[in-house]
Formats: sequence, C-alpha cells, structure tokens
Amino acid sequence: MTNHWIDMTNADVVMICGSNAVENHPIAARWIRKAKEEHGAVVLSCDPRYTRTTSFSDHYCKLRSGTDIAFVGGMINYALRNDRVNHEYVRHYTNATFIINPGFDFDLGLFAGYDADRRAYDKAKWAYELDENGVPKRDMTMEHPRCVFQLLKRHFERYDVETVCSVTGAQQEEYNKICDVYTSTWSPDRVGTWLYAMGTTQHTHGTQNIRSYVILQLLLGNIGMAGGGVNALRGESNVQGSTDMALLFHILPGYLKAPEAPVQSLQAYLEKYTPKSNDPMSANWWQNYPKYTVSLLKAFWGEHATKDNDFAYNYLGKRSGNLSYISMFEAMYNGDIKGLFCFGQNPAVGGPNSNKEREALAKLDWLVAVDIFESDTSVFWKRPGVDPSQINTEVFLLPAVASMEKEGSVVNSGRWAQWRYKAAEAPGDAISDAAIITKLVKELKAAYEQGGKFPDPIVKLTWDYGVDEHDEPEIHRVAAEVNGYYTDGPNKGKQIVSFTKLADDGSTCSGNWLYCGSYVQREDGKGREIEEQGKHLTTIQRDGATLQTINRMARRMREVDRPDLIPAGRCRGLNLDWSWCWPVNRRIIYNRASVDLNGQPWNPKQFVIRWNPELKDGAGGWEGDVPDGGWAPGTRHPFIMRPEGLACLFATALADGPFPEHYEPLESPIDNLLSPQQNNPAIKIWEPDKIGDRGEYPIVATTYRVCEHWQAGNMTRNTPWLVELMPNVFVEMSPDLAQSKGVDTGDWVRVTTKRGQLRARVLVTRRFEPFFIGGKLVHQIGIPWHWGYNGLATGDSANLLTPHVGDANTMIPEFKAFLCQVEKSEREEVTA
Amino acid sequence: MQLTRRAFLKSTGAAGTGALFGFLGLDLRPSVAYAARARPSRLTTHTTICPYCGVGCGAIVQVDDDGRIWNMEGDPDHPINEGSLCSKGASLHQLHDNARRLQKVRYRKPGADRWEELSWDQAIKMIAERFKKTRDETWMESENGHTVNRTNGVACLGGASLDTEECYLLVKAMRACGLVWIEHQARI
Repeated sequence: MTNHWIDMTNADVVMICGSNAVENHPIAARWIRKAKEEHGAVVLSCDPRYTRTTSFSDHYCKLRSGTDIAFVGGMINYALRNDRVNHEYVRHYTNATFIINPGFDFDLGLFAGYDADRRAYDKAKWAYELDENGVPKRDMTMEHPRCVFQLLKRHFERYDVETVCSVTGAQQEEYNKICDVYTSTWSPDRVGTWLYAMGTTQHTHGTQNIRSYVILQLLLGNIGMAGGGVNALRGESNVQGSTDMALLFHILPGYLKAPEAPVQSLQAYLEKYTPKSNDPMSANWWQNYPKYTVSLLKAFWGEHATKDNDFAYNYLGKRSGNLSYISMFEAMYNGDIKGLFCFGQNPAVGGPNSNKEREALAKLDWLVAVDIFESDTSVFWKRPGVDPSQINTEVFLLPAVASMEKEGSVVNSGRWAQWRYKAAEAPGDAISDAAIITKLVKELKAAYEQGGKFPDPIVKLTWDYGVDEHDEPEIHRVAAEVNGYYTDGPNKGKQIVSFTKLADDGSTCSGNWLYCGSYVQREDGKGREIEEQGKHLTTIQRDGATLQTINRMARRMREVDRPDLIPAGRCRGLNLDWSWCWPVNRRIIYNRASVDLNGQPWNPKQFVIRWNPELKDGAGGWEGDVPDGGWAPGTRHPFIMRPEGLACLFATALADGPFPEHYEPLESPIDNLLSPQQNNPAIKIWEPDKIGDRGEYPIVATTYRVCEHWQAGNMTRNTPWLVELMPNVFVEMSPDLAQSKGVDTGDWVRVTTKRGQLRARVLVTRRFEPFFIGGKLVHQIGIPWHWGYNGLATGDSANLLTPHVGDANTMIPEFKAFLCQVEKSEREEVTA
Repeated sequence: MQLTRRAFLKSTGAAGTGALFGFLGLDLRPSVAYAARARPSRLTTHTTICPYCGVGCGAIVQVDDDGRIWNMEGDPDHPINEGSLCSKGASLHQLHDNARRLQKVRYRKPGADRWEELSWDQAIKMIAERFKKTRDETWMESENGHTVNRTNGVACLGGASLDTEECYLLVKAMRACGLVWIEHQARI
C-alpha cells in the first residue's frame, strides 16, 4: 500500500475493485465505514459478484472477470474527455510531458517492437527522446503529438462506454455513475483511494490492471495524498515482510536484484543495476544501490566480505531464466528439482492446477515441510486416490510454533512493522522457524567444514545471534542486524540510524536497507520514544558490549493520546510513534506529490506534509509525515525512486506494453472486441493442450475467499470454531444457471475444466447474474478455494480447476478467470 | 491479574454445555479437559498481532504461569482495530489450544503409508545429509562460460507466515547454500 489502513477514513471516494475487503479484511473496513459516517464519503464496488463489500457500498457496477483494463480504460477515457484531470499535478509530477521516440506505435492490439517468435517486445522502440544532456525532452504544454499525454488520449479513446460495456458486461447507467463519481476526485480538495487485492493481480494481465489504476489515480492527482493512493490489500500477516526479505527468485532483501549468470563481478552488477539520471531535478534514489548491496553482503559474510574479494559477491549463486512459482512446479514435475523445503506454505491446495502440483511433489526425492498442523502438502503421499507404495518421496514434517508462542515482527499491508511477544509455551517438541533454520545452518556448517561443493559461502556465513542451547537465536540481535550497524570506523559496533549512513566501502552492514531506522541506538531516539517508558526500550549485546537501543517496531504510542503533537490540519491516522514503517517511518509514500511546487498542500484541510518557512529558525522545513526527502519544495521531482523522478503514465520497462491494453483471459467466452490480439502477447504458454475450448467449457469461473477461512486453509480448517461456521466448499451460481442445470441450493454439482474436476454443493444466489457480452449471454460461477483433503474440514480444492499460466510480468497465476462446465452430480466422496 | 470474566465463563460453562449436548454425539473431551484445568491464581497479559490477513490487528493474550492461554481478545489500545476482531481473529486461541497441533517431528519413509516419529537431532542430521547430497549432485559451477555456482536441484518455498526476522534468516541461509529456486506466497 502507498498509504495505510486508517488513512482510508480520509478519502472522499473509496473505490474497491479487485478486492472484497469487507469479507477478507473486515476490520479495515471499519475505516471505510467511518469515512461514510463521519464525512459522507462515497463507496464504490466493482466486482463480478455482489459481495459483502458491495452490500456496504453506495454504487455497484458488475464486470466480467478478467476485464478490468477495459473497465478502467473507459474511466481513463472518461476523465480525459471530460477534462477531469488535475493538470498541474499531471504536468509537473508525471511523465505526461515526455516525448516518445518516433518509432513508437500501437496497432491491432500490439505495441511497436513485438517479436512473435520470442513472444516479447523490443522495448527500445518505446524509449524517451533525450536532449543533448541525456535528459528526456518535455513539452510542458502537453500538446506535442508524440508526448505521453497525447499518446495516452489516443490510446484510450477506443475505450468508449458502449465498447467497454459490451466487453465487460457492465450496465451503461451504472458504469457512467461509477465514472462520474470516481473522477470527481480530480479537484485538489477531493481525493479518492483505490483498493485492490488478488482480484486484480491474478490474471495474465495483472500488472497492467494495476497500471490502469495508477494512470487514473495520477490523472486525478490522487497519489501521495491522504485518503488517496493505490493500495494493495495484502492477504497475509507478513507477506509484506517476506517480500521485503526477498523470498522470491528475482530479488535480494530490499528489492536488490538477484544476480544473473552473465553478471560476473560486483562491478558489473552495480553498473547494470544502478540507474543513472542526468536530470539535476531527479533525486534518483536508487543511485545508492552500491551502498545497499555491499552492506547486505557484509551482513551475510561479515569479515569474509572484503574489498579484495568483491565483498563475497561470487558467493551468491547466479540465476538463469524465470524461476518463479509456476516454473518451479514445472521443473519439479519434470524431475529437475529433487528436494523441497516448504515453510508454512500449502501448495497442494494453493497452487494452480493442483493435480499437476500434487503429482510434481511425488517426483521429489525428499520434502521438508514445516508447519503447525499437518498440511495437505505434507500428506500428499496418502491423499485420496493414490497408492502410497508407489510414491518414493521421503517426507519430514517439522512442528513449528504459532505466532503467540515466539517473538518477532510482522509487517502489515500499510508497511507497519509491528512487534509481538512470546506469550504462550508451544506444545510438545515444536520450535520456532528461526530455531529450525538455525539447527539446519549449524548442521550444514559442520558438514561443509568436512568438504563438499563450494563450501565457503556456508562455512563463512555469519550467524552471530547468541543462539541458546535449544538453537533458538536472540531475535532482537537478528532484528538489529537487519537494521544494520557500523562494522568499521569510529562508530564501530553501533546501530545505524538511517540508510543515508550506509556505505559501499565495507564499513557498514545492513540485512535490508529499507529497515534501517527500525532498531537504533537510544541516543538517536527522539520525542515520545525516549520520553515514555515501554518495551520498545531494549538492550542488546554485540562483541561483548551492551548497547542501549530502541526497538521502534515495538513502539505503542497512539496519536489520539497526544493530539497536541499534531500540527493543525494534518491528516488523521499517521500514528508516527506506533510501531515503525518503512522507509524511514514514512506513512504515506510519494508524499512530495501531495504538495504543489511551493510546498503547499493541494488539500490543506488534511495535509500529509507541508513546507513551513518558519521552521529551523527561518530556514524552513517540512512538517507532518516524514517527507520523501528533505529538499526544499520545487527543487526535486517527487517520485524519488524513479530515475525520471516522475510517475509513469507511460512505462518503458514492462514486458507487455507501456500502456495497459485489454486482452481476454487465456480462457475466454468471446473474441477480443477491442483488437484481433486475443490474449496478452507476452505471456508464456506452458500447457497449450490444457486450454479449454469455449464450446466445451462455456461458463466463466472465478475463485475467492470467505471471512472464516484463510488462504490454503491449513490453520483455519483445523480451528474448530471456524470449521463450525464454514464447514464446506460450495459453488455459487445464479438462479438462471441453476435452473438450466436442474439444480437447487444444496444439490451436488461437478465442475470441470480442461485441468480437472471438483465436486461441491451448490449455493444458488442472485449475487451472480448472467452477463451480456458482445450481445451474447455468458454465465459466471464462483468457488472459494480454501479446501483440501486433509484437516478437520475437507473438500475439493478449487485449484484442481485453475490453469498453469501467469502474468506477463510477475508470473502470478490466472486464478481469477477461466472456463468451466457445470453438471448435476450425485454426492461422492472427495476424490483428489 | 485476576481471571477475566470471559475466561471464567468459558471454563465453567463448558462443563455444563457438555451435559446438555452430550447425547448429540459431540466429542466433549476437549472442553471437559479444558474446564478441569486448575484455575490459575494470576494471569499475565501480552500483546500480539493477528497472524491472518495483512491488516495487522492487535490482540491481547492472557496466560497462566505455565504458558497456557486463558483468554485472547482484540487489543483495545491498538489504533487499527481498537479492540475489534473478525471471526478468524476471535478464534486465535484455538491455534494454541488445539489437539491437532503438531507436537513431534514426523518422518515418512519412501513408499510407506504412515508416519514415524523422530527426535530433532535425528531429523536435522538426516535432512542435512539429504540436502548436501542433492545440492552437491545437482551443483552447477558454470553455464555458457559463466561461473554460476548454484544448485538447480533444491527449492525453498514459503515465508509469508513467518516473522520478518525469520524470513531474513531463511533467505540468508538459502542464498548462502546456492539456492536460486526461492519462492513464496507473494508470487501467487
């Protein structure tokens, strides 16, 4: 999220599209309700189904699964045609003024530079035109025919209301209402927030779905503002923290790149990934990339990472190709991956095309599963319908502890890192994941000291965490290393207060530069965090010395208790002294875009930051949130993480085009009405023989979640109260479809796709209505996906039906739109 | 701290409910056992964060001196949830107080149809042996003339349910071992 949960209450219009927040983030929905009740905010819900969120909203418009770009593209067109654009914001804070190379073009659904054989674009065709200093050329009038603003207008003028409604199945009257209400936030004193979740991302064009939201939010001037932003409502308590820590093939902690095979030296790596800008107005924050990289390598290998050995850069394995989740299971299925560690994840239920993923597990030599309950994945070898004697995988199932049985932090969707404590004793032999990893590292260090392939990175790995006799590390020392400390110089051994202090000469270490400032020296503290007592005041040991420290993640000082500390007119809810938020405790990112070039807020009624010329003895300073850099107003562009310094209406780095363009999902009931290009041209087709034909599978299907269960269900399907509330998987369908299939609520149906089949009871509901798509009647059904064959509550997994295909940029699977057939079935037991 | 009203009702009410609904065939042993726990003389309160969705609601946990949970409820001082919880959050104590929790290391031999139990020492030794064998057998030193030093044969999955510090330890360990197949819930 660019913003945070409480900030939703600052919005004038709340758009919920691609999320069912009231069902899946119910407590956050309190803040939306407060916005309605306290200042009459308008809530919009756009979804294929009339959800709990819809029942909470003022206006609803339905759209068929997989048509977000058509839907939002029409809203962008509406804003441009009706001049509902914050021109000053767009001119100064986005790349609307940039001139694009003459080679750029768009025709018949394809952008310039497409290579059909590689299913990839030559992105050089989309480059900015540069001046003699290498700075992108701009036309501040935004009238140049090749400037981004004009290209944007041209691209989206095809998305007229009739076409959009024909593609999406939206009703024109409802659609126009949504466009009118949402684009009303173009005026500087009104703001709209856009909330989305997996309904947006889990498509073959998921990244471009989000791009379409971003473009609209930029035109309306809603990013950086209180009550604005583009907000991904994340579904796991620490999926933000785990992403920051880079448990993903393509990154290292802090969003550094995982090195690729051709990048053989540290110098080559830093040259390749450190962006350059010749624009003096661009802060180009990633120019600090070398400092963050070297500090990470120092945190991993300590004294063994020296200038002479490239700070141990060659200890990192070099990757080739795409190694994302779907690729991993394809490689496992093909027998290339022999061993798998699985920490608290349940791919037998949560992965697409579950039959294939379950079969892939059987190709492993060994599986180590770590969990608090016996997961479906850990017992794949005795699932219904298989003969265990035919499965030769060795399986270890390690008992882990629950969240209240250990100490550490989790990062919520608003990037708040919140500390929690060990309250209860874990049952039996269960130990923390930290202890399990430590045991493994200890054993491997001992083994590789005796020899083995490339042993140094393991043997020399630092693991200095005051590990106790049960192999439990002191988690505060881990947190302190993640923050970082000086490894040399006058401050050696002391915690670093900010990533601006990190160095590329080996004198600092930091496990994740973004977390610099989360765990600091007591003398670097200020305000309430040193004035008020609390468990955030800590001591840690390092090299025999005792450090007086502040664990900022453990701070619990609410702003409502000290309203006197908040400048009059500042937006509500920042809670700067509650927990800690990356980066540098900034609660709303890109907040320099919330003020004009003079540093005065677009919306003075609830400012995020504001330039106050009286501060610092008349030198002037910012007040409010932590600003995106302390430079004086108008001296730096506001989007400091971009080399351009500006937000990108036109994005030159994505795999599938600089603008979002509507393509149908891989499986779709109709031909693309906007171009002859049926699917996203840049996706990888893994299984051409597993794509369902619309004649055989005419019904659109989607998957989603219910409040009472969580993800792949291993925690909630073993929790008695929740099982009692929501015991069984079900298939939701409209009365029309139910009638045509001869079924009623409670009957059993069989849902089939090209990949597999599912049996479940039917729930007949008007929450689904048929769509008229291109003049044709199309039905859609929906299935919650939490169930599996193991646990207290069992049932068929919706992912038995979903395809092994992913987004062109992220490879997130297309769980949300596929084709199926439905037929009445007799009750049968779960088969697989 | 005294036993809270809610924990008191739970501990006394469960036995009565058992007598009432026993004929329905419900398994009442857990509630009876719960009710039979000696009432503690004091409870200690800790704060925690809900492990489910990404909202990050606060909860309080009240435990006796043996580390057993007697009550969990929304943290009224937490600025996001201000004491409220959803159905999942309201059931949090059942993650701890649950007969289905794994208590021992389990091991399944190739072709076997059942689990065996192992000690931690046995299990970690066996896992490390298998890991080292697979890693070293699938080790790739170079590819197309580039030094790559990685294992193509071992993968690591998961992390969104771990604490941030644990995620850091996991990525540090796995990258040091030369893994490149590293993924988790964020991708799906």
